[in-house]
Amino acid sequence: MLIRPKDAAKLLGIVIMCACAVLVCTLFLNMNIDLAREKDKVTDAEIMVWYDAMVSSGRMTSAVTGGALGLTTVVMLFFYIKHYIDAHKSELGVLKAMGYSSFKIAKNFWIFGLSVLMGAAIGFALSFTLMPTLYEDVRSGGEMPGVTLHFNPVLVLFMVIMPALVFSLLAVLYGCRKLKRPPLELIRGKGNTKIRITGQAKAAGTAFLRDLRQSTVKSRFSLVFFIGLAAFCYAATVVMSFSIKEVGSSRMMAVMMAGIGVVLAVTTLLIAVTTIIKGNSKTIAMLRIFGYSDRECSGAILSGYRPVTYIGFALGTAYQHGLMLMMISLVYDGEVLVAPDYSFNIRAFFIALVSFVLLYELFMLVFAKRIRRIPLKEVMQEE
Amino acid sequence: MIEIINATKSYGSGENATAALKGVSLAIGSGDFTVLLGASGSGKSTLLHIASGLERPDGGAVKYGGADITAMSDEKLTAFRKETVGFIFQQYYLLPNLNVDKNVKMGADLAGNRDYRGIIEAAGLGGKLSKLPSELSGGEQQRVSIARALAKKPKVLFLDEPTGALDEETGRQILDYICILQKELGFSMVMVTHNANIAEMAGMVVRMNSGNIVETRINGSRKTAYEIGW
Repeated sequence: MLIRPKDAAKLLGIVIMCACAVLVCTLFLNMNIDLAREKDKVTDAEIMVWYDAMVSSGRMTSAVTGGALGLTTVVMLFFYIKHYIDAHKSELGVLKAMGYSSFKIAKNFWIFGLSVLMGAAIGFALSFTLMPTLYEDVRSGGEMPGVTLHFNPVLVLFMVIMPALVFSLLAVLYGCRKLKRPPLELIRGKGNTKIRITGQAKAAGTAFLRDLRQSTVKSRFSLVFFIGLAAFCYAATVVMSFSIKEVGSSRMMAVMMAGIGVVLAVTTLLIAVTTIIKGNSKTIAMLRIFGYSDRECSGAILSGYRPVTYIGFALGTAYQHGLMLMMISLVYDGEVLVAPDYSFNIRAFFIALVSFVLLYELFMLVFAKRIRRIPLKEVMQEE
Repeated sequence: MIEIINATKSYGSGENATAALKGVSLAIGSGDFTVLLGASGSGKSTLLHIASGLERPDGGAVKYGGADITAMSDEKLTAFRKETVGFIFQQYYLLPNLNVDKNVKMGADLAGNRDYRGIIEAAGLGGKLSKLPSELSGGEQQRVSIARALAKKPKVLFLDEPTGALDEETGRQILDYICILQKELGFSMVMVTHNANIAEMAGMVVRMNSGNIVETRINGSRKTAYEIGW
């Protein structure tokens, strides 16, 4: 078998992404189920409005977080599978040449679903370590003092088992689709280059390094997406963690939200930048062999992503503001429950921006050093 | 003038250490065409990497006009490669997402060479400026890599089995083209090959075996690419 369970264990990005998604969703859905147990005891109209607001905000948070992180996990899974096929195309081509069908080979890709199982299980377990504090917050609010924490087995099915099965199936189907190429094309490694940075070769004056920077960014859209996503997650969650605290959420929720955002951003950045450098190691080695300086190499390979990062950050900030406005209008009806004062938190925005710039530039510095360590013989090692 | 003085190099450590070069000395004159000939594992590629500043030897020295490149810092060695040497590899190593024009510009920009289009024309690729490497034949790709190396106006051109991945006809064309350019531009050339026929084109043939130079021969009458066997 080509793919082993330890290959799935290496998919750290998927594990973390799933863990975060399941953590948030389980936290709120378990709370909703337990609140529903108390619903019959509610007689006061004001508490009923509070109950409805709690349930719908829990549902919305789960849908938005679970949906966004779930879709990102799908993209990440496809990215890993494509990367795996690219890295092993000659072996896979030989198997196809021997008579194995695309489906027969792709069947083994179900193992990638194990990373989802692992992440989901971690997220599920983590949610139960945070739940007592969340329940205590609700009880101390006084609206539903009787709400108690229960383990709801149905959530194991929907939060852990089902996602793992769905992702395993997706992995097989996507793998099958990507393997539908002639065996020789896989063995020779041809047929992958689709990006053309031409400029139509009219002007001889534009600098090579600028062309290379553009081609590096355009050659893999998935990496642009991940880098933008990292900035988006960071901005959305860190700024929102300040905003939700302002409108009355607990400190624990704010810290959890910021923590999830930072973990997601760091993981996504780490995966994306590592992949960029690995994927361009031969180009970097060739540049250095020809006499381009380390600074020119890192600039050509990494700096093209900077605009994407800051666009991602701006979108993340706008997204959290829009989400906050929507949540407030949804939860507070303005009659029984009066909406709290909310406005865009400029201070939170600047704290998030400065800390993100520091984090991102530190990443770039560390990886520029890593570029310097790529051996010049890298280009000869394939022979 | 390139002087390699008592160069040693080994890979691995302890019991697994393998000596790739065992105290090799060699002098290559300006404008010469030297071939390093030997079987796989003879140390010829290691000698080429060390002579060109791609690798540092464990011992000995490599001097260009008296300056020892093995004593240079990484930055200075990079600047040395930028100003002095050009490379052509068996596998071409063109940048896959950049077209012919931009691949050649990789070398041209380093030398501030704005007239590099002439080299592309001379390589017979004038009509393929916008083509990607994947859209070219093996011979065309190698000609792009030659144009890329020459566009930076090197003083010494290092070639590692440049025809190893080509068929006979294309291989002869490439060698002929390189030799014409060498005569025209006057750069030194050091080529690694395992093909003894190709060695007949060189002015000096250095035969290697097990990390040692076993023979250095000056060719009295050099043959052209179309006169040698294959």
